Amino acid sequence: MLAYLARRLGYYVVLLLVAVCLSYALAATALQPRAYFEARQPPPRPAAVQAQLSALGIDDHTPLYDRFGHWAAHAVRGDLGRTIDDTSVNDEFGRRVGVSLRLLIVGTAAGTVAGILAGAWTAVRQYRLSDRLVTLTSFLLLSTPVFLLAVLLKIGAIRLNQALGTDFIQFTGEKTPGLQGGWTAHAKDRAVHLLLPSLSIGLITLATYSRYQRSTMLDVLGSDYLRTARAKGLTRRKALLRHGLRTALIPMSTFFSYNFLAVFTGAIFTEAIFGWHGMGEWLVASIGKDDVNSVVAVSTFAAVVVLLSGFVADLLHAALDPRVRHS
Amino acid sequence: MATAPETLLAGADQDDGLIARPPSRARVTLRRFAAHRTALAGLIVVALLFVLAFAGPHLTRWSYSDIDYTALRSAPSSRHWWGTNRIGQDVFAQTVHGLQKSLIIGLLVGVAATGGAAVVGACAGYFGGWTDRLLTFTTDLLLIFPSFLVISVVSPRLKGGGWLVFALLLAFFAWMVTARVVRSMAISLREREFVRAARYMGVGPLRIIARHIVPNVASFLIIDATIAVGSAVMSETALSYFGFGVQSPDVSLGTLIADGTGAAVTYPWMFFFAAGLLVVFVLAVNLVGDGLRDAIDPTSRPGRRRGRGAAK
Amino acid sequence: MNATTAGAVLDIRGLHVDFAGVPAVRGVDLALRRGEVLGLVGESGSGKSVTALAAMGLLPSGADVRGSVTLDGTELMGAGDTALSAVRGNRIAMVFQDPLSAFTPVYRIGDQIVEALRTHQDISRERAAERAVELLDLVGIPEPRIRAAAFPHEFSGGMRQRAMIAMAVANDPDVILADEPTTALDVTVQAQVLDVLRTAQRETGAALLLVSHDLGVIAGTADRVAVMYAGRIVETAPVDELFARPRMPYTLGLIGAVPRLDADAKGRPEPLVPIPGAPPAPAALPPGCAFAPRCPLAEDRCRVAQPELVEVALPEPAVAVRPEPAVAADEPHLAACLRAGEVAGLRPLDVFPVPGADVAAERAADGRPEGTSVLRVSGLAKTFPLLKGAVFRRRVGSVHAVDGVDLDIRAGEVLGLVGESGSGKSTTLFEILELRRPERGSVEVLGRGTDTLTRREAHALRAQVQIVFQDPMASLDPRLPVGDIIAEPLRAQRAERDRIARRVPELLRQVGLDPAHADRFPHEFSGGQRQRIGIARALAVDPRLLVLDEPVSALDVSVQAGILNLLLRLRAELGLSYLFVSHDLSVVRHIADRVSVMYLGRTVETGAVGEVFTRPLHPYTQALLSAVPLPDPVRERARARILLPGDPPSPTRRLRGCPFRSRCQVFAALPGPQRERCTDQAPPLAEQGGDHVAACHFPAARPVL
Repeated sequence: MLAYLARRLGYYVVLLLVAVCLSYALAATALQPRAYFEARQPPPRPAAVQAQLSALGIDDHTPLYDRFGHWAAHAVRGDLGRTIDDTSVNDEFGRRVGVSLRLLIVGTAAGTVAGILAGAWTAVRQYRLSDRLVTLTSFLLLSTPVFLLAVLLKIGAIRLNQALGTDFIQFTGEKTPGLQGGWTAHAKDRAVHLLLPSLSIGLITLATYSRYQRSTMLDVLGSDYLRTARAKGLTRRKALLRHGLRTALIPMSTFFSYNFLAVFTGAIFTEAIFGWHGMGEWLVASIGKDDVNSVVAVSTFAAVVVLLSGFVADLLHAALDPRVRHS
Repeated sequence: MATAPETLLAGADQDDGLIARPPSRARVTLRRFAAHRTALAGLIVVALLFVLAFAGPHLTRWSYSDIDYTALRSAPSSRHWWGTNRIGQDVFAQTVHGLQKSLIIGLLVGVAATGGAAVVGACAGYFGGWTDRLLTFTTDLLLIFPSFLVISVVSPRLKGGGWLVFALLLAFFAWMVTARVVRSMAISLREREFVRAARYMGVGPLRIIARHIVPNVASFLIIDATIAVGSAVMSETALSYFGFGVQSPDVSLGTLIADGTGAAVTYPWMFFFAAGLLVVFVLAVNLVGDGLRDAIDPTSRPGRRRGRGAAK
Repeated sequence: MNATTAGAVLDIRGLHVDFAGVPAVRGVDLALRRGEVLGLVGESGSGKSVTALAAMGLLPSGADVRGSVTLDGTELMGAGDTALSAVRGNRIAMVFQDPLSAFTPVYRIGDQIVEALRTHQDISRERAAERAVELLDLVGIPEPRIRAAAFPHEFSGGMRQRAMIAMAVANDPDVILADEPTTALDVTVQAQVLDVLRTAQRETGAALLLVSHDLGVIAGTADRVAVMYAGRIVETAPVDELFARPRMPYTLGLIGAVPRLDADAKGRPEPLVPIPGAPPAPAALPPGCAFAPRCPLAEDRCRVAQPELVEVALPEPAVAVRPEPAVAADEPHLAACLRAGEVAGLRPLDVFPVPGADVAAERAADGRPEGTSVLRVSGLAKTFPLLKGAVFRRRVGSVHAVDGVDLDIRAGEVLGLVGESGSGKSTTLFEILELRRPERGSVEVLGRGTDTLTRREAHALRAQVQIVFQDPMASLDPRLPVGDIIAEPLRAQRAERDRIARRVPELLRQVGLDPAHADRFPHEFSGGQRQRIGIARALAVDPRLLVLDEPVSALDVSVQAGILNLLLRLRAELGLSYLFVSHDLSVVRHIADRVSVMYLGRTVETGAVGEVFTRPLHPYTQALLSAVPLPDPVRERARARILLPGDPPSPTRRLRGCPFRSRCQVFAALPGPQRERCTDQAPPLAEQGGDHVAACHFPAARPVL
């Protein structure tokens, strides 16, 4: 079992290395930091631009493999280079990574749990009114792109605030700047700020999971072992909870990693729209600034997060299914 | 004896008279689909939206790029059906044009991605071995590779006609999950007896893939292509919203929504027509996909649906 | 009929079940007495399993159930879920068909039995776990304490079914319903499980309803039998009476359609009696007797009204054949047939015509034909790598699927290849069909060694060897019309278009199908017809050798007989040779000239059918034959059975010495010094007189029929 997980992990590391190399090659060839400096007002001297590019290690006159070798040599020691504004990528990374993770974790966790419960519930109540309502709502949510959902939530919040005449729902940034008060006030402030972004991530996760859980649960409902469970005298309810739900969770674990991929892309938009200074916003900004090192840093982060979620999915699968554990 | 044994004798070697001929598969699918009311509604909506997107531009005298300096930010009226934006462009003309672009991109991406997935998945699954390992690695790699990065870096640098490359890029990053499913279906098909039978008769591998494997995953592919159209439209609008997709002066639903967001509270017509059409289209496509799944998929038990009436 | 049957513990009255308006069960009355075993027989779709599930109240919610089910006088029909749950698993228990899917895959076997115990008894977890181990021990699971902690997928099929029985008897039920409990199992394992089931029933004194399609299983186990057809019981009687004097033409046909192991040694067995037609579709039942359209005895009055199930007058008193009858001797014989009185005393052949019976009987020639060799396999081996890991799969061992197989078929001969699942039969077939150099040993097809074939020669040779698969649905591409399916081998051999156009209708006619149906799709045909299509496809390129992989095991008995007769006819007409793979020894006895028995990838015995079946030399062959139930209650009860212990060892290890010794009854009885031969040397295939060969150090003929 441990050997199995170790092999999976090994495969992921190989995938990650290849993905990082490709990201670097792409960012370094497609982005044009030289043009970024040349477009500055007043126009700097070409020699100054050249000097700056060399200093940052993003000089397009140096061969690609030299630049990559230079970057990689630092990267293995944990130094991700300098941003185009000559600040440390590591510092920026450190500031932003927590922001993104808070958003991702809260949104996905809440959405996953709610989605699984909703899916199981609707499967049991198939074709009743409640099932139809939940199904329709999930379809509606699944048909709304994240960015649009985020914008709609924001518009809704503005309307609500206008109607109530307060600023109850805060949706810009992670916290109110310069807020006074004790830690409870700070915690409350953060929670309120977290509400809309988490909703926009969580609702879509909820919708996806409820659809999948509903269909795996329906498959389980017709299964032989559920019939056996009832044949030995469990009531329908008990049989569903003890035997049905538990087994229907197994296929969901594989699905976990695919969904996280979508969530991560969604988070880029969410951050940008709600003004969270996270990795997604950084990516959008650094592409605009032709900031090679930052772009590579964010891409690496994305690949790591996705692979980690794949690894977590493997762990979950093994934890849920003894057939994997014992083979 | 009332029945002479001789008459039975004639039929006895056939172990059966004939079962009454069941209706053809296509007809069954069609009937099951038509019985799915929401799916039928979805299909009608999709059809209407296509009509709107392609006939719409001819219904109004405004083109999407025309500017009416006499009407800036004007509310819907008989002159401008859906109002105008902040520089006096007709919102109806813009929206139907944007819809058209979004639909074309969505269709293109859906078909290309599903087709690619079918080829990669079927080959990986059928051939197995190193072909499989290589294709699976590529699939996994593209899955973790941030597609957003590639598209957002490449796309803004494309000039006119760039939307086509943009669409192909979208398709290039949209086939992996489908390919994985097709691969696992092909693996189980490879061991199925009719495929073995063909192999032992001397039918070549490419012919087996074309004649036995792909047709047997076709129903999944049809469903998947439908849903892929919906998600392609979502990706397209999302990227266009941030300026990484369709480039001005061309418009798509995404760019229109981006332009209208700021004015959504004060001048709602600039935002809600485009946003509404987007949601309605994707919703309709998803409903059609869901209905197709129920109608085509032999594993979706018809008893489930019929069971509802007889339940109590 | 009175409202309740005296002495019945479970009484089913007027049971009707509809699924979305389509009737599945149409008025079933069944009474189960304490301590008796009632066999419920019928073909697929006859409603036998639905009846059992309805008694438990376990049908899916879409089913419309009417009638009455009483347990000791308490009405169960219409009772709420809580009330029924208190009865299920406690007073009525059920054993299901497929033991793999019947256990929840994520819980340990022991825990699932504990759950059954603690649902109905107020005992501590420790005590329940203790009891679960005792139960597993009772059903003969070795090392029950360790096994209780195993997951379902770690059990073999036979062990799972035992565990299922342990769970069913956990709460000492009054009634056990067993739904096809041995259908998914090999014969030797089936014999073990039936034995356990009988023990469990005796220990608990419960009434047992044994649902099965297999007349042999019913004959050996049941006290009383009820026969179902199209949702109704058409005949019921004590087991001896029913088999000796069936009164309903359907029962008669069913008995005549079963190939029997015990045909006399020199003459060929009697021709099989196929029942013409197929059971009616439940949605389109005929107005009168549902069997009338297939019944040669049907008269006009049969087609008017459904005949009632009534007692038939006995022409003479039944001879008391049972040594100790478990049921009252005056048990009535009921039949739902207007001509029941006339049927008594008729033999299947008197009622059901068999076309081509003469052809089938014709081949009773003595000795082997002098024809040329069609297939010769010697020392064939095939190992599969045992892989681990999902991504970087690495080899951790080998599965010796085929490990020394010798086969020899001459022109016009039928060789039956027998063995249990996992014995390597199918792998042997596929290795032959690959037409390439085998891993070890040699394969010669029509005198050509496969190791030297060029691609072109191999392709040409493929036309000479064709295959018919087990599952006619799975072996026909559902997306192609039948005409294209049959034409595929012709196209693969690049036949001309007009030859294909000529050949397809000719082939359909040859296998007894209407050429006009060439444009239909496989799902429009019944199971038997689909298998005929499979045979037509195999015949398309005029092969010399047909390889048949369990061609009738997916079919109902009455249909199976038709296919076997067709195969016999085609062989006589076209001079074909067959390599006929089957786990069913009765079928092999019926169709084959010679038989070859496999165990753990090796040939252990080969010889003429009559010789091997009457004088089996290898202990495995003896056990195998002894495990096959005979559809004859009197003979079946009189037989001594060799019960093999345990399951075959894993083919991942190659044992030194004889691979069968761990389960061998001869080895177990040997004195110490002689045992060494078995543990040290693998016995070679040695001639035992004539062309009868067996791989045993101590061969001794032992009749087991």
